[in-house]
Amino acid sequence: MLYNKVFRPSRAQSAALFFRKAERMSSTEVGPRSSAGESGQARVVNDLSIQVATVNGSGSQSSNTVLLRSIFQMGVPVSGKNLFPSNIAGLPTWFTIRANKDEYVARKKEIDFLVAMNPETAREDVLSLPAGACALYDEPLALHSLRSDLIFYSVPFDKLVAAIGVEAKLRKLVRNMVYVGVVANLLEIDMAEVKKAIAKQFASKAKAAALNLAAAQAGFDYAQSSLRKHDRFYVQRMDKTAGKIVVDGNSAAALGCMFAGVTVVTWYPITPSSSLVETLIDYLREYRIGPDGKATFAVVQAEDELAAIGMVVGAGWAGARSMTSSSGPGISLMAEFVGLAYYAEIPAVIWDIQRVGPSTGLPTRTQQSDLSFVATLSHGDTKHIMLLPASVAECFSMAQDAFNLSEQFQTPVFVMSDLDLGMNNWMSDPFVYPTEPMRRGKVLSKEELDRAGKFFRYKDADGDGVGYRTLPGTDHPAAAYFTRGSGHNESAQYSERPDDYANNMERLNRKFNAARAAVPRPEVIKAPNSKIGILAFGTSHWAIVESRDQLRDEYKIETSYLRLRAYPFTREVHDFIEQHDRVYVVEQNRDAQMLGLLKLDVRPELVTRLRSISYSNGLPLDARSVTDALTTMEGK
Amino acid sequence: MSTQPTPPGPKTNRIGLTVIDYKGGKTTLCAGCGHNAISERIVEAMYEMGVQPERLAKLSGIGCSSKTPAYFMNRSHSFNSVHGRMPSVAEGTLLANHTLMALGISGDGDTASIGIGQFTHLMRRNLPMIYIIEDNGVYGLTKGQFSATADVGSKLKSGVVNELPPIDTCSLAIQMGATFVGRSFSGDKKQLLAMLKAAIAHRGTVMLDVISPCVTFNDHDGSTKSYKYVQAHEELLQEVNFVPFFEDISVEYDAGSTVDVTMHDGSRLRLRKLEEDYDPTSKIQSITRLAEAQEKGEILTGLFYVNTHTPTLIDHLNLTDAPLATLPESLVRPGREVLEAVMEELR
Repeated sequence: MLYNKVFRPSRAQSAALFFRKAERMSSTEVGPRSSAGESGQARVVNDLSIQVATVNGSGSQSSNTVLLRSIFQMGVPVSGKNLFPSNIAGLPTWFTIRANKDEYVARKKEIDFLVAMNPETAREDVLSLPAGACALYDEPLALHSLRSDLIFYSVPFDKLVAAIGVEAKLRKLVRNMVYVGVVANLLEIDMAEVKKAIAKQFASKAKAAALNLAAAQAGFDYAQSSLRKHDRFYVQRMDKTAGKIVVDGNSAAALGCMFAGVTVVTWYPITPSSSLVETLIDYLREYRIGPDGKATFAVVQAEDELAAIGMVVGAGWAGARSMTSSSGPGISLMAEFVGLAYYAEIPAVIWDIQRVGPSTGLPTRTQQSDLSFVATLSHGDTKHIMLLPASVAECFSMAQDAFNLSEQFQTPVFVMSDLDLGMNNWMSDPFVYPTEPMRRGKVLSKEELDRAGKFFRYKDADGDGVGYRTLPGTDHPAAAYFTRGSGHNESAQYSERPDDYANNMERLNRKFNAARAAVPRPEVIKAPNSKIGILAFGTSHWAIVESRDQLRDEYKIETSYLRLRAYPFTREVHDFIEQHDRVYVVEQNRDAQMLGLLKLDVRPELVTRLRSISYSNGLPLDARSVTDALTTMEGK
Repeated sequence: MSTQPTPPGPKTNRIGLTVIDYKGGKTTLCAGCGHNAISERIVEAMYEMGVQPERLAKLSGIGCSSKTPAYFMNRSHSFNSVHGRMPSVAEGTLLANHTLMALGISGDGDTASIGIGQFTHLMRRNLPMIYIIEDNGVYGLTKGQFSATADVGSKLKSGVVNELPPIDTCSLAIQMGATFVGRSFSGDKKQLLAMLKAAIAHRGTVMLDVISPCVTFNDHDGSTKSYKYVQAHEELLQEVNFVPFFEDISVEYDAGSTVDVTMHDGSRLRLRKLEEDYDPTSKIQSITRLAEAQEKGEILTGLFYVNTHTPTLIDHLNLTDAPLATLPESLVRPGREVLEAVMEELR
């Protein structure tokens, strides 16, 4: 499953930043034209969602990124979500941009402003808009006759493109940049910011930048001269994005892994995970060449996911910080090796950028549906640590947590990202440089063996269930031990004795329990006197933030909130359930998987307090869906 | 003053170790199993070559063959992994520490059936390691089902006859890119030892298919992998001799009758020709000869192909000299200024 990565600016593009800053000084200043609520409605400022409907492969990604960045550069909090098909070119794709002064960045259920560029979906796109929304469309589509309760803007895109004098084969690509200019004009987005965003997007291609700018300008000029604004949506400068970065979760994870000191990366391409390793390769090549001019890392594209995880396990056994990244179908293939790593106690970091299952499912849509499967991945009694990043900042920081925990506990650690987080662009505060040194776990050196004389690989010497290990190549005659997925005793010798087996499995259980105190703790917000708690994790967080405000403002429902950040569950999770009469577990899957894991972990009398809000249609979770479900269950 | 001669100490190799230092645990395989003979030859080869046991990583998959790393070289780390997937574990191990020597032990089921995907990709990467197939044509540990190297017409004890063509792992390995490929027989001590020693001296993927009769499930009349059958049908391609780099290599040889190959470490591989025109550095010739052998029903043994100059995966990756596994934090965590620069790019 290949996916051409259009999201992240290439390294070359990014490197031209200083040049672009200088350029901004000389950009054309375009003043906002006067338009004071011509429809008589109240102006809606910095609170709208734009949906751009195009055809995959038509260059719309660049246009959408430019639009998003223009709004970001105006200091307005913004988020973008690409709803794209599993296809290289030809199928319908939608991109939603949400600008919100209150920093709500979850997907908004209702579309305020549609840009209908795809004849195939235009009719349905228009019919699904709420009353009062705007629809900007390509003139020949003549969509205005479909509804009388919308605001329509018709734009002759082909004529405008033809007027720029673009050669025929490029027309399709710059056509989409025209709508950026039209939207900028209608919403009063500063053209200077559009110009800057275009320069960033096409930094390495001066000719393309000029062409696209001409297209955007043509759109802007057309709107200025021929369209009468009669909607109520505006974008105005704010100061809420100063210093912030825009990045996708996969790139953030890649950076996190590099700073976590990863040395062996093995992978097999799969949407939506590929860009994580591809970005990591770029960063490693730039920043991880040693003083001898040689690589301090190895990246191997494996023949399949079985080999990818096998290499990770081999490398972890030999002492490297090794990782792979995949998604559901690939994780399924890794099951056997993950069980081996659990039982033979080998560190491994595995990123699961979750997509919609089961089976091939919807490869380009998002879901949190690998949880119960990964928690116990592989046959036999197995349990794995899972980290649950909700933001790009956590993709960065949890990369370090994952390697530290995995080496500390000598076990696989999964980082459960998802397509929404991994492949969409998110605003964030800049990432924080690692505050603690790498924790490499209990590895005995030759000198330590000299002192100790011998060691027992699987003996619980410290009471935390974690034994001491040695690395192949350790120059000591007592260093070697035999690693196996078959039954073994404390000395790593083959054993089928019932007591050896039982003792070993109990120790593994103690180790897993010890991890409860070491994994990232949840974030808890307690509403005073509230009986209602919400428990969520990962990308659902952004919808919860907004939903809690809706619940308070619209329904007078105060809620406490626990944002889970890891499995196994920590003490705070049990306390939270204890402290609330009803705890709504919100998750993006059909079967309430996290709730299922909670049921196994909490005291039996608390189980009835857990309520499920499961959301599963492949689109990122929105606040309204949570609010509606919760109020219904509360009998409101 | 004593006049008694000092009793001679135990015999040691060039790094001062005795053969005991290369021993493993007691075998739990059947008495007479070919695999035990192979383990013995491995011990001899490692001892005679003076390989430091701590520098070796032993790797295996699942099956009778894959148990054997427990029966030799206890002072080496060992990893008995999952069925058919040892190659990936070996690859990971060497990525983490390319200064190790890796020895993989597999079987015909572990390699030619469940593991054929990873096997071919390992060969393709020319990973510097020794990969041995202990080949008996049956699944021993599950009590005697056919494997994919069983010959057409070969009969199980139950009378079932194999009708599908065998996979020639040597031919496949050569095609895929392995750079040292041969076949031997567990019963041929001299040839196997020489080939193992040469394997240790080679840099690149060594693939040795060693016919190793299963005394319990595949040593009867009608089997083509029985001791009797192999002894009757073995065809030697050449006589394999090996002179390690630390021994006198000035011994005369006749260039007309011997192919002399200089190995990575300076050792010499001397192949006394039994077939006049055979050139073991020719990929095409080796594959053709193997196809002929299969057609004729010969069990051809010897060194089929050797190539001492193809870069390995480790060479392609341009890895720093020290093992990646133990690089200090200062080399694997870029400084604050790097993070700041990246953050600036993302603004």
